[in-house]
Amino acid sequence: MAASGPTPKNAPERPLSPHLQVYRMSNLTSLTSILHRITGVGLCLGLLIAVWLVFAAATGEEAFAQAVTCLSSSAGQVVLIGLSWAGFYHLLTGIRHLFFDMGYLFKIQHAETSGVLIILGSIFFTAATWLYLWG
Amino acid sequence: MKTPMARARGLGSSGTGTHHWLQERISSVALIPLFIWAIWSAVFLAGADYFIFTGWLSEPINSVLMILLIILTAYHAALGLGVVIEDYVHHEGAKMIMLIAQKLFFFALAIAGLFSVCKIAFGA
Repeated sequence: MAASGPTPKNAPERPLSPHLQVYRMSNLTSLTSILHRITGVGLCLGLLIAVWLVFAAATGEEAFAQAVTCLSSSAGQVVLIGLSWAGFYHLLTGIRHLFFDMGYLFKIQHAETSGVLIILGSIFFTAATWLYLWG
Repeated sequence: MKTPMARARGLGSSGTGTHHWLQERISSVALIPLFIWAIWSAVFLAGADYFIFTGWLSEPINSVLMILLIILTAYHAALGLGVVIEDYVHHEGAKMIMLIAQKLFFFALAIAGLFSVCKIAFGA
């Protein structure tokens, strides 16, 4: 995909690297990997909301109240719950990436076990945060 | 951080090797405690009104940590989103425009956050 322009007519048939569609996405390792990306992109919205809140507070009392009303609505709460899960998930897979970088957890068994722990952990921390908030 | 081979051969066509990767890791490590602080603060501040929020944010420790959180998150996001764009946007022109646009966007966002925290902290 990197090279642009037409392929020469007499170019030899060379093997292509496996494209995204041919991968089996049902396994846990690829699921946790792509979710790291998706949550990372989603968390950009989290930064936007954080800056919006601080900017509103710098603007004045009325602007801040408006922002808080928005975030306190049921739609706002759903977004915040989703973002908090995305944050915990991205944090945990991010820490796992640091272990990968140091050469650990590469065995399929370890990658899958840590994947299960990350999914359960992210749900646990999200639930604990919101139950504490509402409790 | 360079492999001996890279040092021997120069930097190749990209002109750079591990810089992007290393910056992403360093910012990620710094963001671990900052994220935990952010969640803890958000729980502490839930339901706070304007005066409680600005009072909290003007405490020097909170001002500094909030500025660090915003700048490092924007930096980390620009690095990460850049890779996502490079991976999935294959049209050269669109890719270049998106890469530059997202960098400017996160730069502007960081400046907006930085200025806002300073304004509240200095009580203007």
